[in-house]
Amino acid sequence: MEILLPSIIRGLAIGSTYALIAVGFVIIYRATQVINFAQPALMILGAYFTSWFVFRIGFPFPIAVLAAMVVLAAIGATTERIALRPLVGRPVFSAAMVTVGVFIILTVVASRLIGPDILTVGDPWQLNRFSVGSIVIFEVDLAKIVLSLSAIAIVGGLLQYSRIGLAMRATSLDQETALAQGIPVGRMFSLAWALSAALAGLAGMLIGTGAGGIESTTALIALKALPVIILGGLDSIKGSVVAGLMIGVAESLTRSYQPEYASFLGANVDIIVPYLILVLALMVRPYGLFGTKEVTRV
Amino acid sequence: MTARQTQRALTRGRPLLYAAYRQEQAIWNTTTKKVVTLLLFTIALSLPIFLNRDLMGVASLVVVYAIGGIGLNIISGYAGQISLGHAFFMGMGAYTAAVIGGVSTNLVRGYELDLLIWLPLAGLVPAVIGWLIAPLAARVRGLYLAILTLGILFIGEHVFKEATWMSGGSGIGRAPTTVVLLGFDIFQRRTIVGLDISAIGMFYLFSLLILVVLGILARNLARSRQGRAFAAVRDRDIAAEIMGVPLMQTKRLAFTISSFYAGIAGALLTVVLGFTTPERWNLLLSIDFLAVVLIGGVATISGPIAGAMFVVLLPRLIEWGARELPFISTTVGSNQFLNVFQLQRILFGAMIVLFLVLEPRGLYGIWIRVRNYFKAWPFSY
Repeated sequence: MEILLPSIIRGLAIGSTYALIAVGFVIIYRATQVINFAQPALMILGAYFTSWFVFRIGFPFPIAVLAAMVVLAAIGATTERIALRPLVGRPVFSAAMVTVGVFIILTVVASRLIGPDILTVGDPWQLNRFSVGSIVIFEVDLAKIVLSLSAIAIVGGLLQYSRIGLAMRATSLDQETALAQGIPVGRMFSLAWALSAALAGLAGMLIGTGAGGIESTTALIALKALPVIILGGLDSIKGSVVAGLMIGVAESLTRSYQPEYASFLGANVDIIVPYLILVLALMVRPYGLFGTKEVTRV
Repeated sequence: MTARQTQRALTRGRPLLYAAYRQEQAIWNTTTKKVVTLLLFTIALSLPIFLNRDLMGVASLVVVYAIGGIGLNIISGYAGQISLGHAFFMGMGAYTAAVIGGVSTNLVRGYELDLLIWLPLAGLVPAVIGWLIAPLAARVRGLYLAILTLGILFIGEHVFKEATWMSGGSGIGRAPTTVVLLGFDIFQRRTIVGLDISAIGMFYLFSLLILVVLGILARNLARSRQGRAFAAVRDRDIAAEIMGVPLMQTKRLAFTISSFYAGIAGALLTVVLGFTTPERWNLLLSIDFLAVVLIGGVATISGPIAGAMFVVLLPRLIEWGARELPFISTTVGSNQFLNVFQLQRILFGAMIVLFLVLEPRGLYGIWIRVRNYFKAWPFSY
């Protein structure tokens, strides 16, 4: 129990950040049918700007986080307007590759900004912990779970109940019909990118908290959200949350138990656990737990 | 008049008039293509005479990238399935070659066998793995496939790092295979018909030969029944299936052939680069090859060759250019605005974006536009 429960809590914490990034993927996928490979770079930039607002400008931490999210939203919307908008109506393959190009550019920008050091985001949780019975819980893990899930809930509520959310859902159903109904489709694309980049920024901050810290190579963590969206279903926010938590826990349990029980697999197996789950998910349920089955016609 | 004479009479002064389907489908269906190919081949063949050792290394890299690019173009260009796992198959080929043809040390295994054995196997082993993975990949399409191959890439990288007898282990790496063909060491300085050719120059000529063979094979595949099946799957997979193209088999074949090319390219790449660590076969290498295909020209053979030149030479040109620019430092870790490496990566990313937005057909498309301009001159169309 002393290993199992803390391991599960750590898994839920990291899983909730995966879910947060995955929701960003899902929002863009629903709006434009594109998978945004630039998400990892946006995540790193989120951590950088949080740290910048805290240490250089001197904002209190919560305001710095919000400010960083706003900056990220602006970067996301700008990227969409410059690089992705010209590709509307062209194959999704092209658009996805453009996001790969954007990923390369933004990663260089991020590593130039961050430099060779490990970046801390100046969070209030640090390594604080408390115990419940014999189990030690880190505050930062709770913060990750609470902040991620509430951010996802806010965005989910926005999409489900607000007028703008309705417009976004209409756009993802049928762009032309939405346009005919007077919905500014282009602005919906921008909004989707802004939302998704802001969420990625928040996730970047959360990954940089506690004992973590951010380097430019941390970006690859965001790619673990790809197995999450496959397992959860490419177009389902609920799926992202469930799959994110599942994958986070699976990864954390592997890290705790694999060295003891399956050491022949080598070191750091937990890093590839999400991808093994991805392969399994595609074999058994290609459209994920909650995804819409793709219906195509000639 | 015989049929041949009729044809000649018909096409005299009308080079684009095809009197037979065979003629239109020929590899070199116009005289210009024949002349240009021959000219380029002659230039490529004579490069070792003019260029120094350093530049021959760059030229060899271009050739190897072209082989890998042609391979990726078969799956991603002709059959339209995006693969981010190309680097994994390249790594597989490289390690197959290194284990069979390399030298044993106390860390890694190597059997020092002949090139005739390791070169085909460097292609076949990745091809078999590709063939085994393909049913998984064939179930999904488009971006699902991109994510699946990304997963395979990460799992593969882990396997490479752990299998130290093969790769030397994370951060350590191993030496590449030896290049001995029937007792004749290719990677050695030699004098051929009175010309002094460096070791890398010799290897370049050998790679060029492989490129020509594999390039012609790919071109022939593309204009065969299978090639047309690939294009049908790419353009409308369901329609293709209804017309009797077996979807799974076609995707599987494309994936397998593409892996074969990747393996050969990987094996040759390690020889050019020398010592390689398992981290080499990562996502960035896959992206490099996607860039070769996209910048060169999707679903062409000449495209990836041009794309390979572009992708390999661009960093070199930037390095030369950067010496003239004051705000770019040429060393890592100084306080200048950007260093050369960062500038290279940024421009590389920008090129992918720019080509996709402005000229989706890539360098091949630019060539077509230039050609059509001069063809129609002095009229605009």
